[in-house]
Formats: sequence, C-alpha cells, structure tokens
Amino acid sequence: MIHFDNVTKVYVNQNRPALDHISVDVDKGEFVFLVGPSGSGKSTFLRLVLKEERPNSGAIHVAGKDLAKLSNFKVPHLRRRIGCVFQDFRLLPNKNVYENVAFALEVIGKPRRFIRKVVPEVIELVGLEGKAHRMPDELSGGEQQRVAMARAFVNRPMILLADEPTGNIDPATSIGIMKVLDRINRTGTTVLMATHDAAIVDSMRKRVVELEDGKIVRDQSRGVYGQAY
Amino acid sequence: MRANFIFSEVWIGLRRNLTMTIAVVVTVAVGMALLGIGLMINSQVSSMTSFWSDKVELSVYLCKENSPFEACTDKKGISEEQKVALEGVIKGLPAVNGVEFEDSAKALENFMNNDSNNVFASFLKVEDMPESFRVKLTDPAQATAVTEELQGQAGVSNIINERQLLDSYFGFMDKLQWMALSVAFAMVFAATLLIGNTVRLSAYNRRRETGIMRLVGASNVYIQLPFVLEGVIAGLIGGVLAAVMLITCKILIFDGIQTFLPEALGWNTVAGIISGTMAIGVIICILASFITLRRYLRV
Repeated sequence: MIHFDNVTKVYVNQNRPALDHISVDVDKGEFVFLVGPSGSGKSTFLRLVLKEERPNSGAIHVAGKDLAKLSNFKVPHLRRRIGCVFQDFRLLPNKNVYENVAFALEVIGKPRRFIRKVVPEVIELVGLEGKAHRMPDELSGGEQQRVAMARAFVNRPMILLADEPTGNIDPATSIGIMKVLDRINRTGTTVLMATHDAAIVDSMRKRVVELEDGKIVRDQSRGVYGQAY
Repeated sequence: MRANFIFSEVWIGLRRNLTMTIAVVVTVAVGMALLGIGLMINSQVSSMTSFWSDKVELSVYLCKENSPFEACTDKKGISEEQKVALEGVIKGLPAVNGVEFEDSAKALENFMNNDSNNVFASFLKVEDMPESFRVKLTDPAQATAVTEELQGQAGVSNIINERQLLDSYFGFMDKLQWMALSVAFAMVFAATLLIGNTVRLSAYNRRRETGIMRLVGASNVYIQLPFVLEGVIAGLIGGVLAAVMLITCKILIFDGIQTFLPEALGWNTVAGIISGTMAIGVIICILASFITLRRYLRV
C-alpha cells in the first residue's frame, strides 16, 4: 500500500537530510505507528506520502502508483484515496459538524444524494450521532477530532494518515480517538499514525516504526514506544 | 461540478472583500470607459477622415485686377486665354480627378452660405470675391506635389489645400484619443494590480478552506474557480458601469457635437466598442486572477 525505497529528502537550505535513505513497506490493512522525537522526519514521511513534497532520491509507491511518475494533474486523485487527520483538527469554524464532513465530498464533486446518505453514517461511526448540527466551538477537543476523522474517512480512503491526532487531547479522551482509528482500520483502511504518545503505542500493540535523525532505527510488529532496540 | 457550491464560495469571497471588490469595480469601470472613449474618438476620426478625403479639394485662386498677391505681378488679373490654358494644365496632371470653375458670384454665394457671420454681407460685392478652380484629387496625399506644380503658373494668385485646415482639427482629436488611451492603459494596469491584490486577500482569507480542499483531493479547477470567478464578476460589474458611462458619453458628448460634424457616431459602433471593452475587462480579470493564484495558492 505504501512503499518507500531508499528515499532521501533534504529540504532546501538544510544540510542534514530530513529523511535519510529510508526503505519501508506498509501493507494493505496494516496499522503502523510512526514514532520518534520532534524533527526525526515523521511529518516529512507523511508529506511525502501525500506528494506534498518530492524526495531528492529514491522511489515512493502509494496505492500502487509511482509518485515520481504521477503528474501534478493527478495528485488530487491520489489524495482522494488518502484521509488525513491532524493535531489541530483543521475544522471550518463557520460550518457545523455535518457541513464540515460534507465539505470534503462537496469539493470533489460528489452528488448531493450520495452526501446525504454517507455523511450521517460516518458521523455515527466516529460516535457523534445526535451532534451533527453542533458548531465546532460547541464541541470538546476529542469531539472535534472525531469530526476531523469523520471528514478524513467519509470518502472511504484506502489510507488514513494521522499526524499526532491525540496531541491536543487528554489521555482518557485519546483512548476514544484510538478506538475510532481502530474501527476505521478494521474496515480495511491502512492507518499510518505519527505520535509521541507512549501510552497509546504501548496499549495498542501494533507495528511501530521508529525514526531518529531521518533514519529508521526500529521496525517492530506488535511493538511498544520506548523499548530498547 | 457543483455549481451552487462554487457560487456560494464566490459570494462569500466577494462579500468578505467588499472594499477591495468595489475598488476593482471602479478601476475596471473607469479604465474600460476611457478605453471605450478612446476607441469612439478613433472611429469618429476615421469615419470623418474618409468623409473628408472624398470632399477635400485644392482651391487654386486666380489673380484679379489689383490683386495684392505677389504672384500677380502685372496687376491686371488673369486673362481668358490664361484661364483656358491653366485649366488645360490642371486637367493634364495625372493626380487630378476633376476640376470645377468657381466664379466670383458663386464664391460669394458659397461664402454667404457657409459663414454665419453676416457682418460681411452688407458690404461684400461680387467683384471682391476671387475666382478659383476647385481641383479634386485622386489621392489627397498628392496635394503638395500638385500645389508645387501649379504655383508657378501664370495668373495663379495662391493655392489653398483645404486638408491643411482640417489637419489641425484632426490633430486635436488625435491627441484627445491618445490621452484617453494612455490614461486607460494606466487604469488597466492599476486594475490588474488591484485584482491581483484582491485575489491574494481572498486566498488568504480562505486558506483554511483551500487547505482542506487540497487535502481531500479537490481538483485545481474546483479550488481556483471561485477565486477566478470573483475576479470575473468584479470585472463584469465594472464593464457594465463602463458601458453605462460610454452610452452617457455618446448621448451627451458625441451626439452633442454631431451637429458640427458630417458623420455621426453610430450605435452599432458604440455597441461594438462596449462589447469589446467588456471582453477586455473580463479577460484582464481572468489573467490577473490566474497569475496571482499561481503565486499564492499552492495546489
């Protein structure tokens, strides 16, 4: 599903590579934690998957597509198959829960009938039934993140990227968020989650890829956060 | 493509940026109106030039008794033989299309008809008026050559090229036209920058939305179209205002001076100019929006 082959990314005006000859494979339906300190290259990894950045060398395949050969014109179609969740939720403050989720479908030109059918389903999936008409500022952080997840998942992406989705949320609420991610993963969606949250990684017992200074220092199935390698 | 979605986005964008939108509308309106006025003057001048080109003649005035002109050396005036000879010479020139003799009586009549200042009428007599040959030319550009040819002929007092009289008038219209066009050019330049700025502000205001659109895989058209349409709508409103200004200008100014002019500026021409300036306004808006979006809306 995601295939990195000897990928190096050096940002302009920086000597040290953000990612240094990374090779990693993520299969369909896998749940992978991407861990490591700030600046270790986690976000760069996610941005490369979205083709928001281009690698300096190496090949990246996402959902069977070679990103180097993917024309700019087709990048939006790649992104439709990838859902994204962020630490800061990125909801539209002037739209309610339903509208925020529906927005993701409206802007890719889905018919209204389809939107009316799937949006309530996915709002229920993330556990926000009955709150469809709340505005984002009337929701708790955890609930806002659920809206963001609903929006990321509403188009049934093959891959869900989560960049520290629990970074702004207390540990108790984080468990609920993780349950939703797990539920999404069980539908067959590949989940790639970058995080600092040791407790969550430890409790989930999923594959852990650890980055440090742009290199993979650990790749463990059923790993924990801070284990020695 | 969801048209209502796009249009609601456009509406939100225009409303949030109201002051900038108004600035764009006004600049486009004034710029396009000036461009239109320039074009209207241009078409007026060219229609009049072709009108006058048919009419313009050389007036070859003939010596009379006691003529003060230097050319009439013998103070006796032109003899009949000389007249016939001169007419032959004129007709023999290749650039001459036709020649007509105007005697003193006809000259007085024409003068009275043409000139409303009738102070002269009381004391002008037929004998005061000069006789002349009215020479029609095949090509007005040949006027100087013909003048030089005829200047030395016996019995010719002086030659007046009517075109020279008109040239000062055309020169004035020409200057007016270039002034309008250069101000129009400056306004179009300002409009381009303003539209660019408006689109940039708009893109900044909606960076959250566009960020999410990009993330969920909205196509570039979907992301950029609302911004471009904002420019187009502002341009169109400006164009409509410019059209109103041009129509007013045609009624108040061009129709007003029409009484002095042989060729009126037709509504067809005005309609053509209006649609032309509108198209230019909208195209400028589209181009300015696209160029700005390339810089400020990463997709």
